[in-house]
Amino acid sequence: MAADREMLFQFLLRMGDNSLILGHRVSEWCGHAPVLEEDIALANTALDLIGQTQFWLGYAAEVQGDNKTADDLAFLRDVWDFRNILLVELPNGDFGQTLMRQFLFDAFQSILLPRLTKSSDSQIAAIAEKANKEVAYHVERSADTVVGLGDGTEESHARMQAALDRLWPYVGEMFASDDVDSAMVAAGIAPDPATLRAEYDALVGQVLTEATLSIPDSDFAHKGGRTGKTHTEHLGHLLTQMQWLQRAYPGATW
Amino acid sequence: MTLNSIPSIDSIWNWLDAIPDPEIPAISLTDLGIIRDVTYEGDTLIVTLTPTYSGCPATSIINLDIETALRSHGIKKLELRRQLSPAWTTDWMTQDGRAKLEKYGIAPPQPSGGPTKCPHCGSQAVEKLSQFGSTPCKSQWRCTACLEPFDYFKCI
Repeated sequence: MAADREMLFQFLLRMGDNSLILGHRVSEWCGHAPVLEEDIALANTALDLIGQTQFWLGYAAEVQGDNKTADDLAFLRDVWDFRNILLVELPNGDFGQTLMRQFLFDAFQSILLPRLTKSSDSQIAAIAEKANKEVAYHVERSADTVVGLGDGTEESHARMQAALDRLWPYVGEMFASDDVDSAMVAAGIAPDPATLRAEYDALVGQVLTEATLSIPDSDFAHKGGRTGKTHTEHLGHLLTQMQWLQRAYPGATW
Repeated sequence: MTLNSIPSIDSIWNWLDAIPDPEIPAISLTDLGIIRDVTYEGDTLIVTLTPTYSGCPATSIINLDIETALRSHGIKKLELRRQLSPAWTTDWMTQDGRAKLEKYGIAPPQPSGGPTKCPHCGSQAVEKLSQFGSTPCKSQWRCTACLEPFDYFKCI
């Protein structure tokens, strides 16, 4: 693959793998949420994310060539080929931790996607335009829930603060740009994520303040997911669930 | 088939208008506004669709229903195309479609972001239960007058 195609491919994998892995994680709640409405909301969010994955990885497969499909990328790659941030592969924890993770991710998407709608790449712009409408609903709900639980009972507040303390070290990776991002900026395809940090901090800060939660002082960031250098141990376990059917019965279809 | 016997674009639209949405059969695919274009390229009929929500499971059923319907009308060369941009909006839903939804018990989409009245009793005393509902395109509401829950078709 030519160098610029390879960079585009990597960018698309990052977008697609984020939504695929988070979509799978959120779908693990199906049938287990605390109340029916939340179960339906989680399943719907997962569905949107998997749908967006089909667009991102579908385009990635097209760029890759060799008649590859989105399904090949989702089901036949191993851990080291995934390019999602570590945040989305972490286990769900309790309901509060799941919604805190959702909010931290939705907030980022709600800032990135509107910019991608102006991408020089028309397919990326079209996918972003579609996904952005769905993300608007996701962030509205996850922000509301973070506020409701953070500024809730003593128990829910403590759990949300613990979730924020646990997840905050995984936020920095979203903004850790590298040569793939530079190539996207140069081609007018996507913004440098590092430039989105101030807007992100403002949005997240406002919601967390309303939720009476304190952002941890440290800006230490676990990294390695979006470059593929080091994933957590959790991604492999997730893939054994997500990929087992295609691994056990190669080429199986509905 | 000679060129003269190729069904007109108007007939195709009429046939498409008779296909119900698989998840909300009260309205048709054309009421929903997801069919963006119908045209011929040579003697191949091209139907362009846009998805409502990215992950909507009805999308593949919709494609199947369109193909089945058009083939039953004798269309042999058919291609379905997906178009993402401009992204689907509830503004494209027909007035007829909105009326059918309400009659069916689903509050139609409103620019204000919420239903104006209960589709069962007509009361304006309604409250939101959840932004998400039984399908990706709906949210859950309830009427505080008649106490019935109902679906609201989200405005996007």
